[in-house]
Amino acid sequence: MIQVVAQEVRYASTPVAQGPAAQAAATGQGPAESRAAKAGRRRRKPADRRKTLEILFFVSPALLLIAVFMLLPIIQAVRFSVYNWKGFGPLVDFVGLKNYARVLGNEVFTDAMIHNLIIIGGSIALQLPIGLGIALLLNRKMKIQSLLRTIIFVPYVLSEVIAGVIWFQLLQPQYGVIDTILSKLGVQGPAQGWLGTPELALWTVLAVLTWKYLGLAVILFLAGLQGVPSELYEAAEIDGASWWQIQRRITIPLLGPTLRTWGFLSMIGSLQLFDMVWILTGGGPANSTTTMASFLVSEGTKRQNFGVAAAASVVLFIVALILAVSYQQFVLKRDSQPDDERTKAKKVKA
Amino acid sequence: MSATVATGPQHTPAQAVRAKKRARNQGGNVLVYAIALAVVALTLGPVLYGVLGGFRSNAQLAENPAGLPAPWVLDNYLGVLKNPDFWQYALNSTMIAVITTVIVVVLGIMAAYPLARYQFRMREPIFMVFVLGLLFPATVAIVPLFILITRDLHMGNTWWGVALPQAAFALPMTVVILRPFLMALPQELEEAAQLDGASRIGFFWRILLPLSGPGMVTVGVLAFVGSWNAYLLPLLLLQGDMRTLPLGVADYSSEHSADTAGVFAFTALAMIPALIFFLAMQKRIVNGLQGAVKG
Repeated sequence: MIQVVAQEVRYASTPVAQGPAAQAAATGQGPAESRAAKAGRRRRKPADRRKTLEILFFVSPALLLIAVFMLLPIIQAVRFSVYNWKGFGPLVDFVGLKNYARVLGNEVFTDAMIHNLIIIGGSIALQLPIGLGIALLLNRKMKIQSLLRTIIFVPYVLSEVIAGVIWFQLLQPQYGVIDTILSKLGVQGPAQGWLGTPELALWTVLAVLTWKYLGLAVILFLAGLQGVPSELYEAAEIDGASWWQIQRRITIPLLGPTLRTWGFLSMIGSLQLFDMVWILTGGGPANSTTTMASFLVSEGTKRQNFGVAAAASVVLFIVALILAVSYQQFVLKRDSQPDDERTKAKKVKA
Repeated sequence: MSATVATGPQHTPAQAVRAKKRARNQGGNVLVYAIALAVVALTLGPVLYGVLGGFRSNAQLAENPAGLPAPWVLDNYLGVLKNPDFWQYALNSTMIAVITTVIVVVLGIMAAYPLARYQFRMREPIFMVFVLGLLFPATVAIVPLFILITRDLHMGNTWWGVALPQAAFALPMTVVILRPFLMALPQELEEAAQLDGASRIGFFWRILLPLSGPGMVTVGVLAFVGSWNAYLLPLLLLQGDMRTLPLGVADYSSEHSADTAGVFAFTALAMIPALIFFLAMQKRIVNGLQGAVKG
């Protein structure tokens, strides 16, 4: 059993070491060396053998679970994507890259990609300034600060489904509370409702997402602000800097790593957006809020086009990979460059 | 650990000075409180509206959508509480979340231990498997996962069928958070244990596990939250009375769309246990997310 798992471990990790993102792994452990390690294992002392067994004992259950429920389905997705398959019978109708052509040639999917990009950009453009503003305002000795933090965290801990169901009711055309309040203010809500008007639906979804995830941004920014040494503020205050100057010249630059990593989390989340859209609009009206994830779920489960759905999921993954790697390259890279003092200080506090 | 102790006292006088300075500025803070109040209203407004909506009748809601309950109606909430489906959904949600959490915490700490504290050739490559795993959301593999679980493993519509893949997709984050946590435990502890004759496994059981309690709670809470709120995987895998609360809420709201007050009551009750648990664990959740942020 353990030997089998050992094969699995090696199998799983070798391609990784060759992958583009494996800078950390690229310390010279190629496949050749691991083969050498295998050969050398027999000659090792019993203590080494025991250590290897211990490592396998500890690591293999997790790797096995990942292999079965993550790796295998992903490999299957790639396989399905080159077949025309409706979910029954064997995989025989090989169609090469036709499914990809169908996906990328489908306006619904390309629009869905654009919607995902709008959500990514919109989320960051809204939540970064608002979240930062709130975090800076709250980052002071206030009696009610911890209460405020908790309140602001509430939407984040609700599931997207619950938040979605509530907002769906609030946004009902005419009888919803939002339209009621607006009409009291003399503004008429859109006749088809906020979620029913194709031009407005995506922006409405974006607004609800902002409501749901702003709290996370604020909480993370506030936590990052705790890591800014208070001596810096005092020094600046003594030098006569105003509150605004302190925020601009000291706090925000020092908050950089937190902001950048939050941006990464937000981007990855926006790419996978499904729950909220499914609840609020189901992708409609007229596909104006379809995301890549909702596209592939409806292709796969409603139309049983497993080949097309699989191709869409591979495209989704490639888009995510490209964005993640470029973000890593162009944005996060700054943080991994030596800036030892601060990094260490942060780690100690953790 | 010793470092934390050392930094604590150093900061305190400085913070005291700062507090004094701030206290002097406090007069001009009306604006801050006003903004804070607006944020609170916008944040809590929709949630409170939902909770209060459950205390109104549909007639009240139709007559004045923006009003308060007058009189307060308890029927909607009682109706949900008497609904056996609601309790069944809550049980399913709880069991799936508990199974997921246990698997994630046990396998996660086991995997993180050698990756943090053993020196061996494949250490970084194996860790990279977990790091790369972060990039694969369940969404990408959802259709083959559905086929694997329902047809090959015959675990469709079961607690385990949802919990196992959820645990698999939560493991990368868990290991990535736990490894630096375990690395930070001082080497001296391990040496002392070895001198006292403990094996590496003995060290794991007797010293590392008790000391990594906070880290395990953090990843456990994150896994629980993720599972409790999950929608996509349960949506594909669970039907009938195996459904979880999010599915129940979504289905109730589409099946009883005319009964707005009932939908509000159902939704409000579904969020209460989660709200209490998650707000109590808020610090852990934030720590975990920050841990992920620091990598």
